[in-house]
Amino acid sequence: MHVHPLFALRSVSVDLNHDASLLIDIPDALCERDKVKFTVHTKTTLSSFQKPEFSVPRQHEDFIWLHDTLVETEDYAGLIIPPAPPKPDFESPREKMHKLGEGEATMTKDEYTKMKQELEAEYLAVFKKTVQVHEVFLQRLSSHPILSKDRNFQIFLEYDQDLTVRRKNAKEMFGGFFKNMVKTADEVLISGIKEVDDFFEQEKTFLLDYYSKIKDSTAKAEKMTRAHKNIADDYIHVSATLNTISADDSTKVEGRVASDQELKLTELLRYYMRDIQAAKDLLYRRARALADYENSNKALDKARLKSKDIPQAEEHQQHCLQKFDKLSESGKKELTSFKGRRVVAFRKNLIEMAELEIKHAKVSSTIQPPAAKGWVCSV
Amino acid sequence: MADTARDPPPESTDFQELEDGEDLFPEPAATQESGPASLPAEDISTNSNGPKQDSLFDDDPEDLFAEATEEVSLDSPERDVLLSDGPSPAITPITPPTSVITPRIGLAHDDMFTHSSFDEIEEEEGGDSFDIHIAVSDPEKVGDGMNAYMAYKVTTKTSLSLFKTDEFSVKRRFSDFLGLHSKLASKYLHIGYIVPPAPEKSIVGMTKVKVGKEDQSSNEFVEKRRSALERYLMRTVKHPILLKDPDVLQFLESSELPRAVSTQALSSAGLLRMVNKAADAVNKMTIKMNESDAWFEEKQQHFENLDVQLRKLHASVESLVCHRKELSVNTAQFAKSAAMLGNSEDHTALSRALSQLAEVEEKIDQLHQDQANADFYLFSELLGDYVRLITAVKGVFDHRMKTWQKWQDSQLLLQKKREAEAKLQFTNKPDKLQQAKDEIKEEIEELEGKVQQGERDFEQISKTIRKEVSRFEKERVKDFKTIIIKYLESLVQTQQQLIKYWEAFLPEAKAIS
Repeated sequence: MHVHPLFALRSVSVDLNHDASLLIDIPDALCERDKVKFTVHTKTTLSSFQKPEFSVPRQHEDFIWLHDTLVETEDYAGLIIPPAPPKPDFESPREKMHKLGEGEATMTKDEYTKMKQELEAEYLAVFKKTVQVHEVFLQRLSSHPILSKDRNFQIFLEYDQDLTVRRKNAKEMFGGFFKNMVKTADEVLISGIKEVDDFFEQEKTFLLDYYSKIKDSTAKAEKMTRAHKNIADDYIHVSATLNTISADDSTKVEGRVASDQELKLTELLRYYMRDIQAAKDLLYRRARALADYENSNKALDKARLKSKDIPQAEEHQQHCLQKFDKLSESGKKELTSFKGRRVVAFRKNLIEMAELEIKHAKVSSTIQPPAAKGWVCSV
Repeated sequence: MADTARDPPPESTDFQELEDGEDLFPEPAATQESGPASLPAEDISTNSNGPKQDSLFDDDPEDLFAEATEEVSLDSPERDVLLSDGPSPAITPITPPTSVITPRIGLAHDDMFTHSSFDEIEEEEGGDSFDIHIAVSDPEKVGDGMNAYMAYKVTTKTSLSLFKTDEFSVKRRFSDFLGLHSKLASKYLHIGYIVPPAPEKSIVGMTKVKVGKEDQSSNEFVEKRRSALERYLMRTVKHPILLKDPDVLQFLESSELPRAVSTQALSSAGLLRMVNKAADAVNKMTIKMNESDAWFEEKQQHFENLDVQLRKLHASVESLVCHRKELSVNTAQFAKSAAMLGNSEDHTALSRALSQLAEVEEKIDQLHQDQANADFYLFSELLGDYVRLITAVKGVFDHRMKTWQKWQDSQLLLQKKREAEAKLQFTNKPDKLQQAKDEIKEEIEELEGKVQQGERDFEQISKTIRKEVSRFEKERVKDFKTIIIKYLESLVQTQQQLIKYWEAFLPEAKAIS
């Protein structure tokens, strides 16, 4: 299935393509079996790139590779790394398509066609979503003053060969898994450690709490939109059997409300859930740095006591302190701008969602009466 | 008396085995007496005897309607009535429409299926505009424990002269409704009238109510039942013949009604009904009717299709109701979650907006619930009613087939007897010959009468069905139109409310700075 998502609903975040020096978008995507191939298109005035405009094909795994390399870069420890885009998930529509195929015999031709259309719309919605999410990831990077200059990012955008060689091999993947395990230990660390800075203390409390709330809201919003979809499907069956004009239109409207709501509210929540996770990651790293610094202090004291290895201990302590300070400084900046970004994004999306709801409700309330009259007369 | 009155001669070839069963269900003799008294005066003559066979009551001088009240056949519904239902139904035989209209039209007619009487009834209808409204309300629990039951108030408002007053009400319980239905079914179904089916029993539902659970689901159950009972009564009185039936009138008007015991689900009567239904189904498969009338074939096909479509639609709508309820629950949960999120949010304007969002979603949840109710009560229940109605229609067609079968059987028998008569001519036993000849002549005469009656019955039932079906179709279209318009209106209203809510929310979202 080949799709031009030019009409796709634009970024969940505020439009990040401000800076004309580096403009990235995904104008095209192809769906082959399980794999989605994105066409990453770059337009730049920066001399660091070989050409002013170019496109490369990329797979989802390439994005993950890029994300992970950024996370593992020490220098970026004080930054909020934009969350990795989730894997494209066509499981749900695919399953439904399968069931539809099996049940074809029990439905009228009309019903089958409508169900198929509905399913295709769902497929398309998932598709649009995944393209959008991958696009936003790249745009976050390009608009970040430090990350946009990352060498690997450049390679990602420019390298016209397959990136497979550079991607995680099995061993590294295991390393990644291990890293995740360590992170959960960090979670205990972050909540336990005594915070020296008020700002970070507040942020920590806020983020931890907010994260759990937003996770809950995301889950509930998903359930809501799923129920909405079920209703849309029911209406198709009902209208097919009733064979009326008004029911037809209401189906389309109900169905579309579900998929638009899906894109707006749920995606907003989901995106920020991941973003907050990224912010939390920053806090972990800082907490680790703080722990390191405290340990180095203890080591220095011990060394002084024993009058042994004092210069190394001092150097180590200085190093830890620097790292910690650097993290705190950039961390503060990052978290402040993160908050601003979040508020703006919520505003935009809530407005758009409300406007869509109104539009759809108006459409269905005006379609039904005249169509109903028409049907009634024809009986 | 109980036995003689109710002991049908074993002419029916179908259900021999049930005669033995008869003894297992001893009906208290006392109730026999109460039977006649419970019915309006007009019907007394036909009350005191059980369902008749011609042979039994030819000599009953007091029975003015002996000829009129001929049995059509001893097929299962009547047997069923005879053996299983309480005294009143058994005692009320196939009441001819003529006797019902006795006060107005007079007793002129012999043949219970008289064509002209039906026409006269229709003329009557023309005079009286259909003005009767029945409401079922105020469900009240009476008694305690497993013997408890719900009593409903049945209020009739009418300007028809058929009734004594303009407005009156009585208290009835569910089994009373079932009793009414079984009486009507026994009287009218086999002659081709589409008798509206009564609401279904529900052991689970009722037990909950009896046990005294005052929760949401038992309230819903009672409401569902109340609404179904109301629709049932309205449908019944909309039928011009049924409206004037004395049982119906008694049901609506009289303050005391004898209990219909045999309608209990778990009774032996109930079991017998099930056996009969099964036997019926088998029987239907074996009757091969030569359909000479294309109209019937076409209509039967039409109803088969309609049945399939309605069942499908009903299932879809039930699924819709279920999902909408789910949506409502999920929306409520989301609203709570969004409120909590709003509380966590430290940016004031955003926090307020999120709280507002939570409120909007809560209101929407309520909307969804209301819509689900509309889905259900308007749409789904109507479909359920019609699925059951179509079953009744199909039943009526089946009765026509049985009537035809009986006619054919009589014809066959007649032919056999005639052959036997012819054979008798060649016997060599002169002394027995005359006796045998006389016997056979008698039998042949009798059978000839039966054949004629069978043919008449068949023609009449065919005619009745034609009328009934056209009436049914008209009603169906009207019903569906009304309900669907109401339903669509409810949908539109929901959408308009949604608009209001979201428009109120929009400025809040815009106010985030």
